[in-house]
Amino acid sequence: MDDILLQILNGLDKGSAYALITLGLTLIFGTLGVVNFAHGSLFMLGAFVAVIVRKIMMISSVTLDPTRTNFLGKPLEIKTTYIEQWFGSFGTWMIDYSVPIAVLVAIPVMMLVGFVMERGLIKHFYHRPHADQILVTFGLAIVLQEIVKKFFGANAIPQAAPEAASGALDIGVWLGFAENAVIYPEWRLIYFFFAVAVIAAVFSFLRFTTFGMVVRAGMVDRETVGLLGININRRFTLMFGIAAAVTGMAGVMYAPILSPNYHMGMDFLVLTFVVVVVGGMGSLPGAVLAGFMLGILESFASMNEVKSILPGIDQIIIYLVAIIILLVRPRGLMGKAGVMED
Amino acid sequence: MLKLKNNDTALFLAFCVMVLAGPIILAPLGAGYPDLLQRFAIFGIFAVGYNILFGLTGYLSFGHAAFLGVGSYSAVWMFKLLSMNIIPGIILAVILSGIFALLIGFITLRRSGIYFSILTLAFAQMSYSLAYSVLTPITNGETGLQIHLADPRILDTKSTDGSLPSTNLFGLEMNDTWRTTLFGMDLQFNVGFYVSAILLILCFYLSIRIFRSPFGLMLRAVKTNQNRLMYTGVNTKPYLLTAFVISGMYAGLAGGLLAAMDPLAGAERMQWTESGTVVLMTILGGTGTLLGPVFGAGAIKYFENIFSKVNDSVLAGWFNFMPDWMTDTMVFLLGPFFGKGWHLTLGLVFMAVVIFLPGGLMEGASKIANLFGKRKNKGSVDSTGTPAE
Repeated sequence: MDDILLQILNGLDKGSAYALITLGLTLIFGTLGVVNFAHGSLFMLGAFVAVIVRKIMMISSVTLDPTRTNFLGKPLEIKTTYIEQWFGSFGTWMIDYSVPIAVLVAIPVMMLVGFVMERGLIKHFYHRPHADQILVTFGLAIVLQEIVKKFFGANAIPQAAPEAASGALDIGVWLGFAENAVIYPEWRLIYFFFAVAVIAAVFSFLRFTTFGMVVRAGMVDRETVGLLGININRRFTLMFGIAAAVTGMAGVMYAPILSPNYHMGMDFLVLTFVVVVVGGMGSLPGAVLAGFMLGILESFASMNEVKSILPGIDQIIIYLVAIIILLVRPRGLMGKAGVMED
Repeated sequence: MLKLKNNDTALFLAFCVMVLAGPIILAPLGAGYPDLLQRFAIFGIFAVGYNILFGLTGYLSFGHAAFLGVGSYSAVWMFKLLSMNIIPGIILAVILSGIFALLIGFITLRRSGIYFSILTLAFAQMSYSLAYSVLTPITNGETGLQIHLADPRILDTKSTDGSLPSTNLFGLEMNDTWRTTLFGMDLQFNVGFYVSAILLILCFYLSIRIFRSPFGLMLRAVKTNQNRLMYTGVNTKPYLLTAFVISGMYAGLAGGLLAAMDPLAGAERMQWTESGTVVLMTILGGTGTLLGPVFGAGAIKYFENIFSKVNDSVLAGWFNFMPDWMTDTMVFLLGPFFGKGWHLTLGLVFMAVVIFLPGGLMEGASKIANLFGKRKNKGSVDSTGTPAE
């Protein structure tokens, strides 16, 4: 029983990441009808926002301490970050909390990235075939990845979670299991709750605001909404920005779990598309459900008991599920009729 | 003689001359060395095959690298078990990848459009993961499959000098090179290249025949409007499956040749980015054109091998006729696009091609040709049609 709970928990953080990225992808797809292969790059850019924020915070002045020497016998260089000089202990606190602060930074930054992407490139591809959309965004993904590689190098850059959240929790004890049976890193739990909060925010935004109502109407019938005198394109552009922000935030918060590297976008991209088709193209609840489901399934498949029966299953379970679902239930779990089927 | 129309015969003969004279034509461009020439020919085969599927039917497959990998693995196994003669290896590579393509195609072709792309992607990633993990006894996992002295090789005589035998075609070793100098250029005529070149020419001929056949016409009808075709009572599935298997066999042949030139096979050949590369080649050259994919493959391999070797000091050499500060600025501005950054240039060029020249380099070439008033139609088929969805 505690094994099962542990596997569910283990699957949650990856599932949360899948769910958030897929949510962004589905928002773009559902509103603008564009298949965005550069979506993984948005996730990667988000993670690098965390890297940049930390780098900026760590800019330091160097003072020499003549009383002490380093191993070369020269006066010891002491680096103090400007942020600590200016704000004192509050500065130290800010450096510690660089990842959550980066989330706040990421929202405007990623929205801007989304706007530029939509207005600058994707806008011109609405009336071109889906294959062209895939190809041009695939090219964009390569370009973004190479730019990041140019500036940050090919190695992963580890990011630390805040001190207060970097420990592990013994969740099993709360639920009446033995001690040390179910131990779970705090940050992953935070990631899960963060994901739930963002998903809830996106859904309630679409559900309870006038803006969201118009967007939902536009998703159903874009032309009629346009005929009613509403500038639906502008709202869809904003939705692209929101989708980029959601994906970017997912990337920022994931930085302490997976050290940001330039190819993480491509790595997640394939899985994200698989999640989308499992959930059903264009269905937001389907995307979230499939994201969590596949994350948890993946973690169950990596249990030793399962692996001993079906070796290698942990590597392919997601693809296998996708293939079966696409063949048995072509529209995915919650897909609607008529999406991408013309 | 060739059962081609006049236009096509001219195109085909020109192609033959171009390919066979490859070492001479490409030497001034700095690409005349065997390793790169072999790659031109092999990836040309890969792209020509991919074009039969994508160019004619519009089905965008993101999983063709899997067939390349299957081809490589089966060829290396033949080198290990039977003989270092490349014939059995290549035959097995083509047959196995054909069977593999038949299985995958049978399942994936039940869906079209983006679903087909994702299904092929999923299958390819699955093969890649399996090759890395469970299938290690067959694929040798991360290390990759290599030949050893202790391998049985039942048809060959045991080598006695303790060095690894090299791949050959009835005694002609693949890495044999005949060198000569012409006008101060170093020309290298390599056996491996000519083996690949002759296969490329055969493949190209087959592809012309397919393009001009009723079967090719049927595939193009699928691309234009599959629904209408179905309403007239045609079952499109067998045609699509045949095209898929043919292009899979081309990919297997390319994989087998890769192994024949350099007898090792690794799982990274099956990764989806490798499938992405063949898509890039086809699009860059011109989807649905006969020559386009070969040019696209050549362009990308040229970029990969030549562009990537241009580093900052070489760049500085190009611009050293300018004042110093200008040289530094040029190097600073252009540096990121050369050397290790060639992927960036590739991405940008690819985006530019998709945005401005959906017909690829071939469309660009014919546009330029039209600009100069010459009506030059290099066997291009309709390249503006929309892919099937």
